[in-house]
Amino acid sequence: MKTVEEIKSAIEAAIPSAGVEIVSNPSPSGQHSLRLQPESALAVAKFLRDDEELKLDFLSNATGVDWPDTLEAVYHLYSVEKKHGPVIIRMMTVNRTDQVELPSLTPIWRSAEFQEREIFDLYGIIFTGHPDLRRLLMWKEFKDHPMRRDYREPDDFEYEPTAHDEVLKRAEAQKSREQGTGIRDQEASEA
Amino acid sequence: MILAENKAEHFEGWNRPELIAESGDGELLEVAMGPHHPSTHGVFRMDVALDGERVVRLRPVFGYLHRNHEKIAEGQSYLASMPYTDRLDYICPLTNNWAYALVVEKLTGQAVPERAEYLRVILGELTRYQNHASSIGFLIQEMGASGTPLMYAFREREKILDLFEELTGARMMVNYMRFGGCRVDASPEWLDRTRKVVAGLGGFADEFERLLATNEILMARTQGVGVLRADLAVNAGVTGPMLRASGVNYDIRKVDGYGIYNRFNFRVPLGDHGDVYDRFMIRLLEMRESIKILQQALNDIPGGPVISPTAKNRGIRPKAGEAYGRIEAPKGELGFYLISDGGPNPYRYRIRPPSLINLTVLEDMCLGSDVADVVLIFGSVDIVLGEVDR
Repeated sequence: MKTVEEIKSAIEAAIPSAGVEIVSNPSPSGQHSLRLQPESALAVAKFLRDDEELKLDFLSNATGVDWPDTLEAVYHLYSVEKKHGPVIIRMMTVNRTDQVELPSLTPIWRSAEFQEREIFDLYGIIFTGHPDLRRLLMWKEFKDHPMRRDYREPDDFEYEPTAHDEVLKRAEAQKSREQGTGIRDQEASEA
Repeated sequence: MILAENKAEHFEGWNRPELIAESGDGELLEVAMGPHHPSTHGVFRMDVALDGERVVRLRPVFGYLHRNHEKIAEGQSYLASMPYTDRLDYICPLTNNWAYALVVEKLTGQAVPERAEYLRVILGELTRYQNHASSIGFLIQEMGASGTPLMYAFREREKILDLFEELTGARMMVNYMRFGGCRVDASPEWLDRTRKVVAGLGGFADEFERLLATNEILMARTQGVGVLRADLAVNAGVTGPMLRASGVNYDIRKVDGYGIYNRFNFRVPLGDHGDVYDRFMIRLLEMRESIKILQQALNDIPGGPVISPTAKNRGIRPKAGEAYGRIEAPKGELGFYLISDGGPNPYRYRIRPPSLINLTVLEDMCLGSDVADVVLIFGSVDIVLGEVDR
């Protein structure tokens, strides 16, 4: 199994414009990862899958992370043929409000199909090139992305307005929040 | 049931023409199987488009049991999530505990004493045995043989659950593993009783095989049904008995050798055809391999502490960093991915659910088969909704 430095130089030898960075991991697990540029990620992923020495044919885990000012998608790759791994690749969005597009890796690994749908659902990363990007766990009408750290759940999903003034007010606030389109509306209404 | 005219709207967002089989006269019937269909192992829905009896499209719908376990875990300490992992795949709580403990040990760099490693293997293999037995039972039940094989499997499962109850205090919600070991030690009497139960497990596997493996109806219903190609299985991230039934030699117990698995002698059974029959047969063969591991582990288990004296469980604050770890759970590769920011709660807590990802290929396996076989193919994937929806 190659180290991350060797994998980085192999990628740069094959795709000169890849711009791969190493993200080191100080934890005892010692699992360092590679940060890809979204523009070249698809080509790099294809290289990682098809390269004779790496043969990372198995995408085990794909997930999202919500950082304070960006969203990140993390992929854990293994090789079934060579029986090595994990090689960890990650991509970052520009911000976490309006530029949240990342290239989908589903065309390379089918395994990402449901997992990217889940990331889209819970984190709101839009995967361009995904064949069927819909919410996976939440219902279709649901707005917002519950795994984001600033998500606040409503007081009661199944509110029933009653004669009490306070409850009525809360119900109205809830209704107007639901009519908004995303997290920013909710923040504004709370502020 | 919805008439064919509505299908375009209902299948909106569908643009994978390479997957859509040629339909006959274009008259499609759409059937929503689930979420309360008895064969769906809980609350799972498949929207199936039928041309006559033939499946032309299938769309799984998830989320009926979603409770955002990951969000809950990010709001509490590392240890507080341990009992919650029991509720993921509630047929196999001990392997869930094990996977989580393994990853936190990786993140914090804790070692596990010998005896605890042996106990983990013993409990993990007992879990695998009872999971495979009951999953075969469910599969046969869905084939129409109501009762008998499932009850045979549950009779056996009961004996194993009694052992779990005696050791951990609970039959299913065990909350047994800790970071750096296990919660309580096993008494010599418990080990003796386990040896006795394990001695009987082989006889049950024989009985099950005699009863089912050459049964004409079972063979007619399952052979050549729901075939999964090896290359698609790998690409779609299918793991566990399903992957090996397609002939791919990949068992994480062998590949990673986590815990102490490289000390035991066992084989990895592989299938030839990747159909429902192979998946059934692989589970039966894996039950036998589990018995082999159990006998070796029960024979070699050493004395000593069951949790390392330096183990830290309460109030841990792992150094900032991340760890991904995985085990071969009975249903496939169960992984946990944790990111720590140095605080008492995980910054990111992710579960890689084998049940959900094995369903990626459900449509590919079902296309072109009869609607009655969909139930069988789905049953042969072996899922638990607690883990699919989390």
